[in-house]
Amino acid sequence: MSVEIARETQKSARFDFVGALWDAAIAAFVAFGLFSLIVGLRTEQGSTGQLVLFPRPELLFALVGVVFAGRFVVALFFRSGLMSTRHTIVSPAMRRRLDYVGSFVGVFLLLFALAIPFLFYSDRYLLDLAILVLTYVMLGWGLNIVVGLAGLLDLGYVAFYAVGAYSYALLAQNFGWSFWLCLPLAGILAAFWGILLGFPVLRLRGDYLAIVTLAFGEIIRLVLLNWQDFTGGPNGISGIPRPSFFGLPFTANDDGFAAYFGIEFDPTHRVVFLFYLILALALITNFATIRLRRLPVGRAWEAMREDEIACRSLGINTTNTKLTAFAIGAMFGGFAGGFFATRQGFISPESFVFMESAMIVAIVVLGGMGSQIGVAVAAVVMVGGFELFREFEQFRMLIFGLAMVAIMVWRPRGLVAHRSPSIFLRQKKEIPPEVLEEVQR
Amino acid sequence: MTAPDILLDVRHLTMRFGGLVAVDNLSFQARRGQITAIIGPNGAGKTTVFNCITGFYRPTEGMIRLVHPDGTEFLLERLFDFRIAEKARVNRTFQNIRLFPGMTVLENLLIAQHNALMRASGYTFFGLFGLPVYTKAERAAVEKARYWLDRTGLLDRADDPAGSLPYGAQRRLEIARALCADPVLLCLDEPAAGLNPRESDELSELLREIASADGTSILLIEHHMHVVMEISHHVVVLDYGQKISDGTPEVVRNDPRVIAAYLGVEEEEVDTAIEGAAP
Repeated sequence: MSVEIARETQKSARFDFVGALWDAAIAAFVAFGLFSLIVGLRTEQGSTGQLVLFPRPELLFALVGVVFAGRFVVALFFRSGLMSTRHTIVSPAMRRRLDYVGSFVGVFLLLFALAIPFLFYSDRYLLDLAILVLTYVMLGWGLNIVVGLAGLLDLGYVAFYAVGAYSYALLAQNFGWSFWLCLPLAGILAAFWGILLGFPVLRLRGDYLAIVTLAFGEIIRLVLLNWQDFTGGPNGISGIPRPSFFGLPFTANDDGFAAYFGIEFDPTHRVVFLFYLILALALITNFATIRLRRLPVGRAWEAMREDEIACRSLGINTTNTKLTAFAIGAMFGGFAGGFFATRQGFISPESFVFMESAMIVAIVVLGGMGSQIGVAVAAVVMVGGFELFREFEQFRMLIFGLAMVAIMVWRPRGLVAHRSPSIFLRQKKEIPPEVLEEVQR
Repeated sequence: MTAPDILLDVRHLTMRFGGLVAVDNLSFQARRGQITAIIGPNGAGKTTVFNCITGFYRPTEGMIRLVHPDGTEFLLERLFDFRIAEKARVNRTFQNIRLFPGMTVLENLLIAQHNALMRASGYTFFGLFGLPVYTKAERAAVEKARYWLDRTGLLDRADDPAGSLPYGAQRRLEIARALCADPVLLCLDEPAAGLNPRESDELSELLREIASADGTSILLIEHHMHVVMEISHHVVVLDYGQKISDGTPEVVRNDPRVIAAYLGVEEEEVDTAIEGAAP
């Protein structure tokens, strides 16, 4: 059987030689059209201030040549095989071994995360980056409830992040309440806004829902920007109280954290505390989600994603189910926002632009909708990767785009495409993406 | 006027979509523990009647009264949407199967018990902390699912995704899912469509058992005439939204108006279901 397939592949590959040439020519033509203006012409300011055009034919033709050769190779060798590599044939034994290794990945990542402050204690930049990554992991897990489980595409998630951050900042500043009081309140207020958003969009699905939520995100940002008296407008809010270690501030004073424990004062203590704080918050999000998935409400979310009409025929209140998904997702976004405010000490509407929402949605989609570990890995790759390419500022978006295209081609349902059932009778079987793919949102 | 064993009493039901009258002044009754079939040529308004009874449409006119075994009465046309399934316990299946394809068979059956489980989990709060109240309720729900899986012959596929089941099994799963919700009235929209003769015989057997042994009354839309004639106690025939015949299978089969509607003797239309209508 497999020999037959191999022979067939060979035959079609040989047969495709002319086809591949033709294919490559088309690709080269398109590349020429694209690059002729972008790469082929360079503009510079002349001596009198006018623009001077410098044609760069060598570079242009080199690029077109690379595209031609690359496309030719792809078309000749991979074309016929490409479709079959999408559902890679991995032997069952190999699969089992991979699953075995896979079951430790989560534990390993968690241990590594716990050890980061010790491993990189002296590297302030890396610690800050780790905190940033964990913030996005938490946001990704929060949005995963709405997008991954309930199947409601929310493009305005950053609004809840903003509500959380501003709630925290305003409460802490105006009333002087402590961190541990303000943080839950930030989450509750964000959940309240989640319900407010939920009501008008109850009847919307798919693209329409995406547009309305996107608009909601922008409205919140614009209100924050223009309501000068309350939010400080574009100047934002500065001097937000820093978190304390259960009442012990991270200062060099006698009543500070370092003095109380009799250790030398080090500003890194606060960073480490913030790191463990966001790690704890993210883990709470994770465990809550895992727990909720196994409860009736979580199953109803997933059922609603699969078929809303069937849900209604079984007596499930889809209105409440949707609102709980929005509210709980928003609540975790609000917690993350509260944390963000206290970490930065300064917030402004600048931090809550649409790009942030797009980033969080990208993390959830790339990670695999509904998969916890996939979202975490995607957040590390996306946020960490973004930082990694900071020196190549110009190419950052290019590489980002290429990575997105690659994932959408090879793993259209994200890094972790399998769905793990919430309950089983005899044997737990992972649900393959082929079955899930039938569901179109 | 109403006998004690009347379960469903539909009176003067009319459903208009703009100028189109899909169901026109329909009245019929269904008795407890019986199988009532609604038949008629394509486009006669059968599924519209179902949608009115199960709350997917709100009827333009008329009354739908449901009486529970304990005597509680429900006016279905006044209940909203999912409340009909939740409160009045009327559950349905769909003409084009609507399962949760990416979830396992067992999960499908647990979702059907959502409201009971939701109460047991204290609206999520008890469940979140894993209190025994909920774990016990969940175990009972799994047992009920296992019972219906056994009855429908799906026990071996319990942990497979519903979307990967063969067509006939998906039909049975949809029925099992509706039964897990403990219905008083089970509405089946063409349950035998696409089944082979052996499968549809098994289905007839299952439906008969459900109606007689389990006491769940069934309202059935079906095109397979031998299934209808074999299992139903009472048949209502619709044509162009109007009732043209009502009675036992024997009476309906010999009613000249039914024969005319199916064979198109008077209106020269409809080749549909000719082989099905011939007894």
